[in-house]
Amino acid sequence: MKNFDLIKLPFNKQNPITVQVLGVCSCLAVTAQLKPAVVMAVSVTVVVALANLIISLLRNTIPPRIRIIVQLVVVSTLVVLVDQFLKAYMYDVSKQLSVFVGLIITNCIVMGRLEAFAMSNPPLPSLCDGIGNGLGYSVILVTLGFVRELFGSGSLWGYPIAEKLGLYGIGYENNGLMIMPPMALILAGIIIWIQRTRNKDLQED
Amino acid sequence: MDYINIFIKSIFIDNMIFAFFLGMCSYLAVSKTVKTSAGLGIAVTFVLLITVPVNYLVNKYLLAPGALSWISPALESVDLSFLSLIMFIAVIAAIVQIVEMIVERFAPALYNSLGIFLPLIAVNCAVMSGSLFMQERGYSNIGEVTCFALGSGIGWFLAIVAIAAIREKLRYSHIPPALKGVGITFIITGLMGMAFMSFMGIKL
Repeated sequence: MKNFDLIKLPFNKQNPITVQVLGVCSCLAVTAQLKPAVVMAVSVTVVVALANLIISLLRNTIPPRIRIIVQLVVVSTLVVLVDQFLKAYMYDVSKQLSVFVGLIITNCIVMGRLEAFAMSNPPLPSLCDGIGNGLGYSVILVTLGFVRELFGSGSLWGYPIAEKLGLYGIGYENNGLMIMPPMALILAGIIIWIQRTRNKDLQED
Repeated sequence: MDYINIFIKSIFIDNMIFAFFLGMCSYLAVSKTVKTSAGLGIAVTFVLLITVPVNYLVNKYLLAPGALSWISPALESVDLSFLSLIMFIAVIAAIVQIVEMIVERFAPALYNSLGIFLPLIAVNCAVMSGSLFMQERGYSNIGEVTCFALGSGIGWFLAIVAIAAIREKLRYSHIPPALKGVGITFIITGLMGMAFMSFMGIKL
């Protein structure tokens, strides 16, 4: 039950993006379309979960003074694996994500969870915490990707929904602003607004 | 002429924060007062200015396809570019450590004002992405790379100081309670990003 809570909490009360404000950079830059957003979400979840597990297994042997370097080495090895996998099997998406796959290394979610959780907890809860935070990040990413692609390009996963429904014929226009970078920030702000209106404990004074 | 073009472009058009959202975590966490954010901005600019040219040399003479040919022609076909992520982050972590020690030894006053931020810069995405963009955009010589690094740093500095100044004023305004803090900062950054988009297409 405790492990299940660790997976569940990051969806709302401990969401990495809207509450902990970690990993915002990549979240905003890759969400202009749904497909890269989903690929990015899966990659980050895999990296966070495995890095948490490995660091938690090693936690008693890492000297505290060099722990940042050790963590960076573990994380960057995992990211190189993900990067090579994407280049081999999903080359076009990997081109779209460009530097952002590499930037998972410095993604604050990964480092934050390693420091805050994996360094002081046994492997199984750490794995659950990693999965939970990865999924909490994924929810925001996929929501942003969904809204931005639907209203910005009138399509989903590359499928032209608005055109097939014949919306352009009756005067519908795509909102070009949605695919611009600043709109991602404003949408994320609105998500935070909705969440904190429903959950008063999270409000700042 | 090309140098100035790259410099201006990396400050305004390809601004790290408003065009790519890099370094957002520290940007949101440290932008409560102008003074501390200026300190962090200077530290990031400084670290970018050193790490990006060093990583450029590492990339050119060790990692890129055929880069090892200066040792012997037999190594012409070696391609180590899959190691670039690990090499870049190792170089950045090492340089940040060295910079910290040098600043502590020779400029204690600067160290006291930057102290807490310096070690954190190793994991700032703006610094890492400086090196990755350098690799991706294929700048032709070290002068261009240095201009790009300096410009990106200054752009980041301007962005964090600007948002800190706005947030200081925001304390006196009436914001819906659920939007206070992080929420309104996101939205303001979005609006500032739109303003920065007007620089697009400027050529020097």
